[in-house]
Amino acid sequence: MSRTSLVRSLAVVGLMLASLALAGCGVNNIPTYENNAKAKWSEVLNQYKRRADLIPNLVESVKGFAEQEKSVLTQVTEARAKATSVQIPADILTNPEAMKKFQDAQNTLGGALRQLMVVSERYPDIKSGANFLALQQQLEGTENRIAISRRDYIESVRIFNTEISTIPGRWWRSFVYPASKEMATFDVPAEEQKTPKVDFGTKK
Amino acid sequence: MAGLPDRARGPRARSLARFGALALALLLCGLFGFLDAASAQPKFPPLTGRIVDEAGIISADDRQKILETLRVLESKSTDQIVVYTAKSLQGYPIEDFGYQLGRFWQIGQKDKNNGIILLVAPNERKVRIEVGRGLEPQMTDLMSGLIIRNVILPAFRRGDFSGGVRAGVHDIRDVLLGDTEEVKRRALGGQKRNTGDDDLWPVLLIFGVFIAIFAFTAWQQHQQLKSLPYNERYRRAKQYQRNRGNDGGVVIIPSGGGSSGGWSWGGGSGSSDSGWSGGGGDFGGGGASGDW
Repeated sequence: MSRTSLVRSLAVVGLMLASLALAGCGVNNIPTYENNAKAKWSEVLNQYKRRADLIPNLVESVKGFAEQEKSVLTQVTEARAKATSVQIPADILTNPEAMKKFQDAQNTLGGALRQLMVVSERYPDIKSGANFLALQQQLEGTENRIAISRRDYIESVRIFNTEISTIPGRWWRSFVYPASKEMATFDVPAEEQKTPKVDFGTKK
Repeated sequence: MAGLPDRARGPRARSLARFGALALALLLCGLFGFLDAASAQPKFPPLTGRIVDEAGIISADDRQKILETLRVLESKSTDQIVVYTAKSLQGYPIEDFGYQLGRFWQIGQKDKNNGIILLVAPNERKVRIEVGRGLEPQMTDLMSGLIIRNVILPAFRRGDFSGGVRAGVHDIRDVLLGDTEEVKRRALGGQKRNTGDDDLWPVLLIFGVFIAIFAFTAWQQHQQLKSLPYNERYRRAKQYQRNRGNDGGVVIIPSGGGSSGGWSWGGGSGSSDSGWSGGGGDFGGGGASGDW
């Protein structure tokens, strides 16, 4: 048969090989990494929610024993209310300011919680209560999961941001995915690294 | 390139240069490996079996008992438990060390993430039960904490490390086998998920499609040529060779390397302990820690 048919079939095969080569060259990396980072982000939200859900019970278990620690308890309750009421805009992942606002609220809550745990240590009745022990254990586990999910998110964002700002990902972005934006990440707050100071202001 | 912007249609030389650069980049990027993230991570020992007794605190007798317990457990529920006694946590908090070790060793079956590591660090005087994501509903933080506080730590405080580990493993097993319905579900769910060829079939499919296209093209050519007399066939073959010489052949860009970095063979947990390995389980920070 004619040469054109040969050329055409070769072209088809060549095209398919090229698409395989393109895949090998990472044309799919940007959406892959982006979706991965989004999945990690939902895990972060999930763990924060888990913590928020624990708090009412925790506060309840402490309340009866530590009337004089009202201010710490109110602090926790208020911080929780604030953290859960922060509106999460749809573009939070590419909006560093919204991300910072969200993180600040969560960090405040984390700080208040740590203070509550330290205060509770001073009350033998609380410390030895089975209910409190259980909640404390769960809270520890949740804080650990939050730390890990945040680290995973930061890592996946790092991979994504590196991909879209280095070659060849940078070219793919301008040719194929012009809509993809650098994602926002966050720092582990400095106060999380040191032991919390207990405010003795409530003692008269 | 489908997505080339319009301005690429500038002077012919410029657009040619662009295409040249892009083609070169395509060739080159196939050669570069994926740059590994040099993230801070402790150095982990190889997974040599269900018990990795680096600190040397488990007696030979207990070792046999624990191994038997764990083997039976895995055959019942596909759950994988590993005991690791660390000489050192390398300065990491035990929680950080634990989950990263779990991910490194991939304890637990893929997609079920049903692995647990009992991590003992005698030098740091810390112990942790690290629970894979899939077992978090059964082996809750609370339950892990109870086992550590009530079973493991009292023995450790007496200096009986071997006994503490054995008793801890025993209780973890009891918790995992506690809900028989749930155990059945995990065990059954495991059989179809254990082979690890989930990762393989899209690759096979693509190759299959290519092979089919090649075969079809070749067959078509062959049919066309077959219908011709011999001298005509010979003439065409010669002409084809000449044309190829003029046009240049088809360049096949190697697509290896790239970002995928190869797939790993998950699953495959044999019944004997030598050659036993993690099944690809993931860890998300479940479990509890204690110190003495």
